[in-house]
Amino acid sequence: MTAAAPPAPGRARRRRYLFDRDGVLAPLMLLPSVVYIVALVAVPFFLAIAYSLSDVTVGDPSYDYVGLRNFRAVLDDPVFRRSLLNSLFITGVTMALVLVLGKILALVLTRDFRGKWLVRFLILLPWTTPVSLAAIAWLWMLDSLFSPIDWTLRELGLLEGNLHWLGNPTLAKASVIAVQVWRIVPLAAVIIMAGLAAIPQDINDAAEVDGAGFWRKLFEITIPLTLPITAVATLFGAVLVFTDMSVVFVLTRGGPVDATQILPTWAFFRGISGGDLAQGAAVALFLFPLLLAMAVLILRSVRRMEVM
Amino acid sequence: MTSPTDQQAHWAKRRRRGRVGLYALVLAFTLMAAFPFVWALITSFKADQDLYNRNNNPFIFNIEPTFEHVRLLFDRTAFTTFVSNTVVVAVLVVVITLVASLPAAYSLARLNLRWGGAMGIAIFLVYLIPPSLLFISLSRVVSYLGLQDSRWALVVLYPTITIPVSVWLLMGFFKGIPKDIEEQAMVDGYSRLGAFVRTVLPLSFPGMVAVVVFSATLSASEFIYALAFVSQTSQKTISVGVPTELVRGDVFFWQSLQAATLLVAIPIALVFNAFLKRFIAGFTMGAVKG
Repeated sequence: MTAAAPPAPGRARRRRYLFDRDGVLAPLMLLPSVVYIVALVAVPFFLAIAYSLSDVTVGDPSYDYVGLRNFRAVLDDPVFRRSLLNSLFITGVTMALVLVLGKILALVLTRDFRGKWLVRFLILLPWTTPVSLAAIAWLWMLDSLFSPIDWTLRELGLLEGNLHWLGNPTLAKASVIAVQVWRIVPLAAVIIMAGLAAIPQDINDAAEVDGAGFWRKLFEITIPLTLPITAVATLFGAVLVFTDMSVVFVLTRGGPVDATQILPTWAFFRGISGGDLAQGAAVALFLFPLLLAMAVLILRSVRRMEVM
Repeated sequence: MTSPTDQQAHWAKRRRRGRVGLYALVLAFTLMAAFPFVWALITSFKADQDLYNRNNNPFIFNIEPTFEHVRLLFDRTAFTTFVSNTVVVAVLVVVITLVASLPAAYSLARLNLRWGGAMGIAIFLVYLIPPSLLFISLSRVVSYLGLQDSRWALVVLYPTITIPVSVWLLMGFFKGIPKDIEEQAMVDGYSRLGAFVRTVLPLSFPGMVAVVVFSATLSASEFIYALAFVSQTSQKTISVGVPTELVRGDVFFWQSLQAATLLVAIPIALVFNAFLKRFIAGFTMGAVKG
């Protein structure tokens, strides 16, 4: 570090001392990020709470306080109740499947096999592709007339006609879950792989010397030691699924007859398409308590990782 | 008691069975992951008469493949506009993200800040307040700022998502750089800021690459803000433009849609694969040492 001009003396030097003090420099360096986040996350968040207690609409943006009227109206609305249950159900089922499949995929990808680069590329595609475009590929795969899945089932003699994947309430819900699992599993696997790589090799070696087989090692070393990072991967995935609206929006628009309606899409249809900002904000706010719970759990798991 | 050769044969058999099982799993996962894209690839080049016949085998070309629909995507749709909008938004979001998050991460990682620990957690908690919770009230903020129906709204809003993640990621990188290096530079006469710019920044280049890739792909994928705040075709980015504009009423341009999906998906996946290791390192460092 001998190159470059020597620092200038005099007044510049005094200013420099000021910038050398952590107490001055640290807040200054944080300032841009903090201002940005406060202005465009914190303010809109409190604005959302204020809206949910008002009668603001796109047509009439003047603010009148109405108390909990919106929440009462929202809770009385059967479509809202269904959206809430769907959000919880879709996230829950997706996460259970991601937990199991992500773990298996991570174990598979840490092994040596031929064509690994191509396999990794193809397996990561669902996660790296913009969700709305991936959903377009699925929309066509689940087409009511030309679905290749239906064609295959017909050829095998298992089906007459078509399944109408997205026209049938149960199948539509299953389809949404399938797309979410499909796109989150690679992410979960990649995170869990990082945890697997962190297991000291001598633990595995010692276990092998002691005669432990694959399953014994799996249940007594691998799974317990990667539990915290698996929890982190699952919870991150849960937040992504719980707050996503593109899959449902592209595949079903919440249909058929609100069978796949979830909180983010219902908030969108109410607040943006319907113009009722107050009720839309009230619907969206129901996301918050569950997200809070997930974040607390993530922080706890991270702390457990540090202890190890 | 089995003889040693018996035991060896037993182990060899077990290992072989393990290999077969491994390859079966690899194949199953790859097929599940790639199937929609394979189907999209075949579809992109299919002639209408071939595609829209329920009795045709959908996995082969019953009629000669055609480029007609890919050409249509480029010549007759706004696809290229969506791509250029996405690039503009992505570049600006990357710049804003770097300018804001590099100093913030350094400040949290290195400088003695009374509220440093709490700040780190607060930045993480921003994750709690996702776009799906904010877009309703932000729609008023966006129109108050005069940005409604413009890609500039996205340029302004996406850094709210990318900055917290990037600060988290860069903090991990900065903590991995030995303190002695800056201290030496400061002994040599540089200010704290000068030491940061001249020694820490060049060393954290891998972390910056991760931030660039993350911010750029987020700008290409984000859906809710893009859907809620931009409805003019000329301003849309790919994630919303493709699903909403390549449809006339009820008629989907299926082949062109699938071609668009692949043209976006494959380059992004290639970039991600190239930087995957760096990403994992960044996130785990941020998590473990944060």
